[in-house]
Amino acid sequence: MRHFFSKKNRALISELVRTDFKLRYQGSALGYAWSLLRPLLIFIILYVVFVKFLKIGNGVPHYPVYLLLGIVIWNFFNEMTVQSLGSIVGRGDLIRKISIPRWIIVFSSSLSALINLFLNLVVVLLFVFINHVDLLKTALWLPLIFLEIYVFAAGISFFLAAAFVKYRDIGYIWEVIMQAGFYLTPILYPLARITNHTFQKLIMINPMAQTVQDARYSVVTHQSATIYSVFDGGWYRFIPFVIVVLVFIGGAAYFRKQSKFFAENI
Amino acid sequence: MDDFAIKIESVTKVFKLPLEKNTSIKSILINSTKRNKGYELQSALKDISLEIKEGEFFGVVGRNGSGKSTLLKLLAGIYSPTVGQVHVRGSLTPFIELGVGFNPELTGRENIFLNGALLGFNRKDVQAMYKDIVGFAELGRFMDQKLKNYSSGMQVRLAFSIAIRAQSDILLIDEVLAVGDAAFQKKCFDYFEELKKKHRTVVLVSHDMDSVKRFCTRAALITNGHLDLIGSPQQVADLYDKQNASGIPLSEPPVIHSGIEITNLKIKGRKDRKFDLEDSITLQFSIKAKRPVNCVLSINIIKKEDSQFVAAISSDYQINPRLLKSNEEAMYEYVIPSKQFSQGTFLVDGVIYDFDTKQPVFFKRSMASFTTDGIRGWGALNLQGTWKEVK
Repeated sequence: MRHFFSKKNRALISELVRTDFKLRYQGSALGYAWSLLRPLLIFIILYVVFVKFLKIGNGVPHYPVYLLLGIVIWNFFNEMTVQSLGSIVGRGDLIRKISIPRWIIVFSSSLSALINLFLNLVVVLLFVFINHVDLLKTALWLPLIFLEIYVFAAGISFFLAAAFVKYRDIGYIWEVIMQAGFYLTPILYPLARITNHTFQKLIMINPMAQTVQDARYSVVTHQSATIYSVFDGGWYRFIPFVIVVLVFIGGAAYFRKQSKFFAENI
Repeated sequence: MDDFAIKIESVTKVFKLPLEKNTSIKSILINSTKRNKGYELQSALKDISLEIKEGEFFGVVGRNGSGKSTLLKLLAGIYSPTVGQVHVRGSLTPFIELGVGFNPELTGRENIFLNGALLGFNRKDVQAMYKDIVGFAELGRFMDQKLKNYSSGMQVRLAFSIAIRAQSDILLIDEVLAVGDAAFQKKCFDYFEELKKKHRTVVLVSHDMDSVKRFCTRAALITNGHLDLIGSPQQVADLYDKQNASGIPLSEPPVIHSGIEITNLKIKGRKDRKFDLEDSITLQFSIKAKRPVNCVLSINIIKKEDSQFVAAISSDYQINPRLLKSNEEAMYEYVIPSKQFSQGTFLVDGVIYDFDTKQPVFFKRSMASFTTDGIRGWGALNLQGTWKEVK
C-alpha cells in the first residue's frame, strides 16, 4: 500500500477535513446545528411539494422515505464531485509550496462530503420513524451500495480535479451534466413512470440510477425496480458495476499522471 | 560512496509558458486549428547533476531568475523533472515560504494544528509542543483570535515558530525566509546555526553571500539554468562576485507582453536630476497589472559613459512580494543615497519579476536616468571606505 495511510498522511487528512468543516459553518449563529437543520428543512419542503401537492409517488409504499433516500444519495454524489473538482485549484497555495501527496487533497474533500452524507442519513432515519417504515433486513446491504457510489464518485472526482487544473471550462460543463443527470436518474419520479422499456434499461445502466434503486429496494420497499428486475437478470445487469470500476481506474490513472504538473499548471 | 541525502542526475526542467493562458477549451480548439501552439518553451534548468551528502549544509547560489528556486522545488518534489532523476533519501521538508496553508479564518491555535499536520505531526505531537511554539512566538494572548487579525509580523513569528519544529532528515530553506526585521533575522540565523551544529542536512537557497559563507559547508552556483561551479562557499562567492562585477547581466530578458508593466519610473529629489553628495535619489515606480501577478520589482543600474553594469537590486531583499490583482495599480519607491555613486550619468532599467515563477515579466531598458555631481571617486561606485595614516 506504499504507506497510503501513514501517520503523516492520517494527520494531514484529519486536519484538512476538520478545517473544511470548521470553515463551512463559520460565523453563523447556529454553527454546526446547520449541518442537521439544513437537510431537515429542505426535506420538509420536498415532502410538502412532492408528497402533499404533486402526489407523484402515489402507489409507492413509504414514498417520502423513498424520495428522501434518492435525494440524499444524489446530493452526496453531487457534493463530492463538485467539491473535489475545485479542490486542487482551491489549494493551489499548498500545491505550489509543499509536497504533500496530491490525492490527499481530493480525498479529504471527499471525506467532508461523506460526513455530510451521514448527517443527512440521520435525518432520513428520523423520517423513517415518522413514517413507521419497518426497516428491511436487506438494509444491511446499504454500506455496500454506498461503497459503490463512493468509488464511482471518487473516480469522477479524481478526473475532474486534475482536468480542472488545465481546463477551467470543466466546472461549467460538469454543472450542466449534473443537472441533466439529476433528471435522467429516477430520483423525483418512480422508475415505473417511464413506460418505454428500452428507456428504462438505458436509464438503469447509469450507476447512479442503479444504486439509488438498489438502496430503495433494500431499505424501503421490495417493490422498487432494480437493475435485476429491469433486465430480467440478464448479464447486462453488470454493466453499471463495470462502469464504476473503469471510471475509478481511469480517473485515478489520469490524476496520477497529471499530478506531477499541478504545481506548474495551476 | 553511498551516503548521499540527495542525488540529482542530469536534470533538465522545461516550462511551457503559455503566451496567453490557455485555460479554456475554446482557446485550445482555436489555437490548435491555427497551428499556433500558444506557448513558448523555456528551460529553467539545463543538465544539472549534483550530490548532497548527509549532514551537509549546502548552499545554492544564483541571481534572481537563475533557476535556483526551480531547483529547490524539484528537490522538494513539487515539480518533476522533464529529463533526469532526483533521488532523495529520508524525509524532507521544504520551506519555500513561511506560513503555507495558514488560513486567515481560523484562530492561531487552529492554524498551529493545521500547519503542524503539513509538517507531518498529528494532534498529539502538536499538543505536546504547543506551549513551546506559542512561547517562542511570544503570542500567548492571541491564540484564540483569528489569524486575519494578526499583523504580518505576528503571522511570520507564529509560522517560524512552527517551522523550526520540523524533524525531517533534510530541510530545504529558501532564504526569502530571512526577510524581516533585524530581530527576526537573528532568530533565523540562530536557527541555522543550531541546524549546523546538529549536522542536519540542509539545502539553503540564497543570494546573500554572507550567509552562505557563514553557514554552508559546500555550495553551488547556478547561472541561467547551468551549474557553474560546485565548491567551497568561498570559491562560489568569489566566482559569483566576479560574474557580477564583470557585469555579466542576466540573460537578456525577452521583451515581454505579459499584461504587467512599469508605466512610469520617475526620479525624484532634484528637479534637474542632478544630485549632490548629500542628496537622496528616489526612484518612484508606477505599476499597472492587467492580470494577477505576484510582483517583485527590480532595477539594473548602468553607467552611461562606458555602459558599465553597476548594480542590480530587487525588492524582495527587503519587502514581501505583492499580489497585484487584475487592473490594480501600485506605487513603489526605492531610495538610494547619492554618495554611493561616483561621478557620471546613470541609466536605470526597470524589471518586474513574477515571484511565483521567478521569471521576468517586464523589462525595459533605460527607463530613467540621473546624474551625480560633486567630488567623488572614479569608476562606477563611490566607495565609502576610510583612509587612515597608521604609521
